[in-house]
Amino acid sequence: MADKITVGHVHMSGCTGCLVSLADNYGGLLTILDKYADLVYGLTLADVRHIPKMDVALVEGSVCIQDKISVQEIKETREKAAIVVAVGGCACYGNITRFTRGGQQNQPQHESYLPVGDLIKVDVYIPGCAPCPQLIRNVCVMAYLLLKGNKDQQDLAKKYLTPLMQLADRGTEACGCNLMFDVVNQGLCMGCGSCAAACPVRAITHEYGKPNVNADLCIKCGACYAQCPRSFFNFDVIPEFEGIMDAIDAALQ
Amino acid sequence: MPLMRHSSEVREMAGELGKYKLCVSARSTDKAILRKAQDGGIVTQLFKFALEEGIIDGAIVAGQGDEPWRPRPFIATTVEELMTASGTKYNISPQLSWIKEATRSYGLDKIGIVGTPCQMQAVRKAQLYPVGLRDVPDKIKLAIGIFCMENFSYMSVKQLVEDHAAMKLEAVKKMEIGKGKFWVYGKRGQVVQLPLKVTHKYEQPGCHVCLDYVANLADVSTGSVGSPDGWSTVFVRTRNGDDIWSKAIAGGCFETKPIEQVKPGLELVTKLATEKITKNQKTVEERAKFGVNKGLRNPYLGPK
Repeated sequence: MADKITVGHVHMSGCTGCLVSLADNYGGLLTILDKYADLVYGLTLADVRHIPKMDVALVEGSVCIQDKISVQEIKETREKAAIVVAVGGCACYGNITRFTRGGQQNQPQHESYLPVGDLIKVDVYIPGCAPCPQLIRNVCVMAYLLLKGNKDQQDLAKKYLTPLMQLADRGTEACGCNLMFDVVNQGLCMGCGSCAAACPVRAITHEYGKPNVNADLCIKCGACYAQCPRSFFNFDVIPEFEGIMDAIDAALQ
Repeated sequence: MPLMRHSSEVREMAGELGKYKLCVSARSTDKAILRKAQDGGIVTQLFKFALEEGIIDGAIVAGQGDEPWRPRPFIATTVEELMTASGTKYNISPQLSWIKEATRSYGLDKIGIVGTPCQMQAVRKAQLYPVGLRDVPDKIKLAIGIFCMENFSYMSVKQLVEDHAAMKLEAVKKMEIGKGKFWVYGKRGQVVQLPLKVTHKYEQPGCHVCLDYVANLADVSTGSVGSPDGWSTVFVRTRNGDDIWSKAIAGGCFETKPIEQVKPGLELVTKLATEKITKNQKTVEERAKFGVNKGLRNPYLGPK
């Protein structure tokens, strides 16, 4: 018990899909809660009214700036949590709460929601709508290793989390256009197709080996750019895929 | 918790060739596969074996697209379908674009995928950082990589074949890069060779930052370089790759020769790998100071 880390799920304005994704680790989630993390805060899951002190805050949803409590709670989350993780497209980039989908008329509520990173410093990003259960799981395991592991494990966790921290530093705007701005226009795209696979709304097709984004469909979840091997590719982590996947599997046994 | 197992049996002979457990020269024992094969028919034969044995229940291959020699990712679930996709196309097939759909519309639980080194990098990134690939990472059961110096867009291949080699694409039987030349073989028996120098300007720019020649991150990687005509050089890399390769050998799928006993052998593979990686490493560095106090992105430093 003493060796566990404390984790909270902070629910801002989101659809609870991110929480469902976390739960979709099924047995893996139970193992995480059993061996590595205590859930100290979470809507409907933990009977705690006020945001407690915790090691890791998993924040879902964007912040409604018309709602004083939300604004106060997100600031409080920053004060109380050692590591703040923005889980999902809304927390990272606004996503469907701003509903900045192309071809749609502007509505007053679109201006009410801010990605978490516009109000507080966020440490780690997990983009996507919904975020992938296995990526949430990997980040949870790595957060545990970072805080409670031996030196080798801490080194691995640092290396693993670095690109997700860099994504957080990068800012609160991402959409299909980033494939154009930061990959194709930079002469980096080699047409692997990862972006199209990652897109949750099938907004991306490939024409003659390059992505073609339908901006009218894009919900700005950031999955395509983060999935692209030319957004980041860390040679100190990915080539060790066999050992790392074994380690994560072993951790969840 | 076991972390980062460094198995002593994994040879790291040269960094350029990645980690591997085994390297041989091989060809399929199936005459029908060899007749259509680019070289030793390794990819088709290994997927055929994996399909028949239930190791995979479908493979993402580069199938025939809407125009002659324009590939598209295609999910082969039978040996017949697999056979329609053999041979190298020399232009881009976004293989990864079907990796999630394969588990959804096609309902595959055990996926095979073939691709270039960069696509193998994408596969491993997808497994370690599955941002938009829910439940996909553990369904990838066999990733076969093919050696790759660079790739072309469809328009580039069209230009090379129809302008430089003066042949209609639909009249082409086979294309090949070897012995320092780009070869185009016509269906009526004509052969045109282009010096590789002519092809360079048609390469896609994204290939010039690639630091992998022999698909270091595949389960099994293969290509013609290093082996005699009609044979392929094969690297068996991961535990999973080793397991499947051993079963295929036991099943009589391949004829093999020790790589040390064939010409030109690993020496040429190492030479080409070193050339590619050195040149591209230099490109990555030059990109950093490409303008005046301004540079181009380096994906190996992070997602800025």
